[in-house]
Amino acid sequence: MARVRRRLEKLKLSTLYSFALCAKGSTEDHSKIGTAGFSRVVYVNDPDRHEEEGFRYPRNEVSTTKYSLVTFVPKSLFEQFRRVANFYFLVSGILTLTPLAPYSAVSALLPLSVVITATMLKEGVEDWRRKQQDIELNNRIVKVHRGNGSFEETKWKYIKIGDVIKVEKDNFFPADLILLSSNYPDGICYVETMNLDGETNLKIKQALEVTSDLQEDGDFTNLRQIIKCEDPNANLYSFVGTMDYKGMRHPLSPQQLLLRDSKLRNTDYIYGAVIFTGHDTKVMQNATEPPSKRSKIEKKMDYIIYLLLCSLLGIALLGSVFFGIWTKADLRNGELKRWYLRPDDSTVFYDPKRAPLASFCHLLTALMLYNYFIPISLYISIEMVKILQAVFINQDIDMYDEESDKPTHARTSNLNEELGQVDTILSDKTGTLTCNMMEFIKCSIAGTAYGQSVTEVEKAMALRKGVPLGDEIEAGGHKEKQIEESPHVKGFNLKDPRIMDGNWIHEPNKDVIRDFFRLLAICHTCIPEVDETDKVSYEAESPDEAAFVIAARELGFEFYKRTQTSIVIRERDPNQNVADYQYRKYELLNVLEFSSSRRRMSVIVKEPEPEGRILLFSKGADSVMFTRLAPDGRKFEEETKRHINEYSDSGLRTLVLAYRVLDEKEYENFAEKFRTAKISGSADRDEQIGEAADSIERDLILLGATAVEDKLQKGVPECIDKLAQAGIKIWVLTGDKMETAINIGFACSLLRQGMTQIIIALEAPDIIALEKNGDKDSIAKASKQSVMGQIEDGIKQVPTLGQSSTESFALIIDGKSLTYALEDDVKFKFLDLAVKCASVICCRSSPKQKALVTRLVKHSDKVTLAIGDGANDVGMLQEADIGVGISGVEGMQAVMASDIAIAQFRFLERLLLVHGHWCYRRISVMICYFFYKNVTFGVTIFLYEAFASFSGKPAYNDWFLSLYNVFFTSLPVIALGVFDQDVSSRLCLQFKTLH
Amino acid sequence: HSCPMVLRIAELTSFGAGASASTHQPNSKFTQQELPACKPILTPKWVISVFLLVGVIFVPIGVASLLASNKVVEIVDRYDDACVPSNVTNKLAYIQNSTISKTCRRTLKVPKDMKQPIFVYYQLNNFYQNHRRYVKSRNDQQLRDASKANETTLCDPEKTRDGMAIVPCGLIAWSTFNDTYTFQHNTNNLSIDKTDISWKSDRDHKFGSDVFPKNFQKGPLIGGKTLNESIPLSEQEDLIVWMRTAALPTFRKLYGRIYVDLKENDTITVTLDNNYNTYSFDGKKSLVLSTSTWLGGKNDFLGLAYLTVGGLCFFLAFAFTLLYLIKPRKLGDNNYLSWNRNSAGH
Repeated sequence: MARVRRRLEKLKLSTLYSFALCAKGSTEDHSKIGTAGFSRVVYVNDPDRHEEEGFRYPRNEVSTTKYSLVTFVPKSLFEQFRRVANFYFLVSGILTLTPLAPYSAVSALLPLSVVITATMLKEGVEDWRRKQQDIELNNRIVKVHRGNGSFEETKWKYIKIGDVIKVEKDNFFPADLILLSSNYPDGICYVETMNLDGETNLKIKQALEVTSDLQEDGDFTNLRQIIKCEDPNANLYSFVGTMDYKGMRHPLSPQQLLLRDSKLRNTDYIYGAVIFTGHDTKVMQNATEPPSKRSKIEKKMDYIIYLLLCSLLGIALLGSVFFGIWTKADLRNGELKRWYLRPDDSTVFYDPKRAPLASFCHLLTALMLYNYFIPISLYISIEMVKILQAVFINQDIDMYDEESDKPTHARTSNLNEELGQVDTILSDKTGTLTCNMMEFIKCSIAGTAYGQSVTEVEKAMALRKGVPLGDEIEAGGHKEKQIEESPHVKGFNLKDPRIMDGNWIHEPNKDVIRDFFRLLAICHTCIPEVDETDKVSYEAESPDEAAFVIAARELGFEFYKRTQTSIVIRERDPNQNVADYQYRKYELLNVLEFSSSRRRMSVIVKEPEPEGRILLFSKGADSVMFTRLAPDGRKFEEETKRHINEYSDSGLRTLVLAYRVLDEKEYENFAEKFRTAKISGSADRDEQIGEAADSIERDLILLGATAVEDKLQKGVPECIDKLAQAGIKIWVLTGDKMETAINIGFACSLLRQGMTQIIIALEAPDIIALEKNGDKDSIAKASKQSVMGQIEDGIKQVPTLGQSSTESFALIIDGKSLTYALEDDVKFKFLDLAVKCASVICCRSSPKQKALVTRLVKHSDKVTLAIGDGANDVGMLQEADIGVGISGVEGMQAVMASDIAIAQFRFLERLLLVHGHWCYRRISVMICYFFYKNVTFGVTIFLYEAFASFSGKPAYNDWFLSLYNVFFTSLPVIALGVFDQDVSSRLCLQFKTLH
Repeated sequence: HSCPMVLRIAELTSFGAGASASTHQPNSKFTQQELPACKPILTPKWVISVFLLVGVIFVPIGVASLLASNKVVEIVDRYDDACVPSNVTNKLAYIQNSTISKTCRRTLKVPKDMKQPIFVYYQLNNFYQNHRRYVKSRNDQQLRDASKANETTLCDPEKTRDGMAIVPCGLIAWSTFNDTYTFQHNTNNLSIDKTDISWKSDRDHKFGSDVFPKNFQKGPLIGGKTLNESIPLSEQEDLIVWMRTAALPTFRKLYGRIYVDLKENDTITVTLDNNYNTYSFDGKKSLVLSTSTWLGGKNDFLGLAYLTVGGLCFFLAFAFTLLYLIKPRKLGDNNYLSWNRNSAGH
């Protein structure tokens, strides 16, 4: 790490990057400053002045707790009594203090207070934990300027508005800051905003030029700035402000704003001025409660409780009527009937002269008396049972991943029983079904395909076709491995003696091969890290890129060093077996990064002497690259295309590599154009840059194509197979190409031989033609019509229910069609079709579409489970009834948003089939048991009333009444809810239909 | 050995438990929910034998109970109507008129030999001693403790008389049963033992030996029995019996015991004072003489209940056996599952 840091030290990276990363914030209306809503004034480096000037800003201490010591009791009590059942019990408890009570007040208030205390204790413990977190956060240390250029370590909570603070690498920002300078001369810094928006890529922030030279601690001794800006708000992506510095006014944009809870990355340190503290910070303003999910059983339970309340009211009324009649009869014409009750000298409750009133009072009494119909401790018991169930789920050794040391973690325990009702699983592909570990597995260079390893998809396909080929090859590969005994390099699985160990030199197209690997070693944005033994490892933005660089390294083209202006490759001389390195230093001229719209990336480098050529290396998706080839660069086009198709058939991700030699003049032209585009602050800056890049990325010469395998996770096909047997439908929502998605579908046995595939895509020639014309409305119209038509065709294909099993249909839909299929008037038709298919694959879908699809499936009243691992799945996870996060490679975003986190996809099987089954059954039986015991008890009381002339005399002793629910009958029920197993886990797994 | 109706899950759980132990995860049979468990499977043989067993146990118990109950000799004599002279039309006025002597003579015939002790009860019908107002209308502190004589909360409306606390206060005490019985056996006086008819715990702990009745039954409306003010409450056993309120509107309360054996066809003459008003609420009054057995008094219910359940079990066992022999069915036949019904053509 230390070395990397040093090397990065004087990189002025902002000159290298061109696109959106460094985009200047759009020019907001700065004239609003000082008006309402834009009133904040910050005296930088003079925090004490705010108070003198009468500004009141909150401290930086944050508290996310619900309660404080003082408010805990009243507030949590209030929360408690917002529950209907609890409120009912409170009211009846208060009524027991009046003479209306059929039994002593203690016996009503004791169970209530036990239940309330238990719930409050739980709340209190939860809040205490939150408090601990807050304390930890508030006491984090950051360096704050304390005058005379000295920075002192200070706790976060003591930071004040106007402080200048120094944040070091990999630390979180303690408050919202205005970036003043960083260790880079141009004042840029990298920020990870995962906690804010879930995006894992680094963002670049840049300080104003006037402040970026404040590089040393001492520079801040006499710094005086006044920042005026907007009031605190929740908008993460906008910021308006000005800075008065050295007599000049400079506009501030979101580009200078560093938000609390984001993390400083790849930058040694930054200086920043605090402008929002504590609860004023944007992230705190954004803090909302995550959507709380309630399980279906709970909702159903509410109905039952209302039903019981009604029946309670019913029998209470019945009793009151009888009571009224009999009470009235006690005194007729001054004659006492039941004289021993002294109806002539009575209180209102038994007064025959006021029988209706007495009857009403009796109604209240009866409501209290029969409250045993409502199980008071049901909620708390269910909660306890669920927590215990979650403990068992967490402890299950069969769902514990030894490799990553991660057990299953049920984050919310209130959805356990939903696991047993899951009907549809919506799964992400990358990182969920697959490991998201890219392996460079094949390549096609100059029309020749290299790489003999067999992908899992190929294995699956071979299996599907019934050809034993897969096994043979696998066995062969196995042998080979054993013979070689070479340690497996992570990310590299290319096996071909023709090009390995320097043998490529003997291939006919050796020049092309050399260029191919040089391109792989140069055209990327990775950062190398050299350890003591001279081994190089890489930090890459995406696993794909890492796989490329590793492949190049393994084949003798080692990307060794990156400086601001150059890239050094260490080449192994293929002619000599000894490690004899040749260093080639390429002068790095421009980087045209990858973006999802460009779908390619290029670098422009100058070769080392003697050649000294200026080269443009480019890699990108086949769809964009083939159109950019020069006429004389298409030599291997046919073969390469064929190989690419083969590769994507095998479920591999492909990229096309091409290069171009630029002459000086052409490059200078471009450089000029590019520079002006970059400098221009106008709104169409990005477009201009794009145009400039576009103009140079043409007439390319094809080198070949790469294929990277995204490995399936262990046990995925078996797991999916078993889930399918359990009658669970599985939808895969992926961002991949349709072909890749289908092949992955086959690989993980989502699609099977003999399944009819219904494909909905927008690739009809007329639509493509329309797209070329570019009339948006007509495209939309035609596309929609086409999608409608295809859906209807699909519905016709699928026989209506009952005719035959729906097992054999699979629906595949691409992202574009999905957009139309999700529109309001089409979506239910789409859903109709989709639910009839056993598997559904949505390709090229965006995170938002994923969430929309989830919502759509929920409409069909079926329990949905979404499983995903990345930030792009968060929407889906929160939307689904149950969100399962994979605690894997792509960060913790999905896990934070999930209800249950597991380490591997295959654990889903046990989670659903065993624990889901158990929990569902346990909770259901337990609730039934609960209602049973309470209704039985209530009915005995009611029956007794009939023998006591409905006077409201309980049949049981007060203490027995009060302890019945909380003590006598709660433990057996809870034990049932926690331990009962109708069948063992082994049988659950064996007979999946039990689910 | 085999245990056909019980599936031993413990034996099936080699799965997972022996897997490599992790240092981070607790791995015991408990945490993995693999404790041995027993779950009966309802095979025909199992079900039939359980029913048979229950039947075999229950029927003899039922028979024994019934026999015991039948051995009890019981004389029940309802006298509330019979003890009102036939020329009285308004029974209520008759009973409320304290000037008329209400002595009444009843002759009972002993149907069977009665062994001592013979229990004498009075039985009331349609008397709601369990009414909430009635039950609550007493003050236990006052009954127990002489110093709390003025404690009359809950005693409404029989609390005070002329500003003085009533002891014992409340509706229950006020309405104590006040019919009296004397017995003659073949012209000899038959002594009736009225001691030890109440619960010992009541006498010792609930009614004080130094608490004497005060201001009792002094109001315009006299409820029931008047108490001798020189006898402490703990010795007023009729009151104590009465104040242990009955749970149901028909109840018997112990009046006394007779320690004389009675022969079949003996006649007993009862001279009774018909004081207690049951006429206003259509209640019935009966005098009960009864012997007892190990099971208590005469009560066929227990025996009948045992017999019914036992008989039902026998019947079911028989029916299932028949069904099993006539139309046997494979155990665990999947074709009967609801989702397989259609395909099985059921």
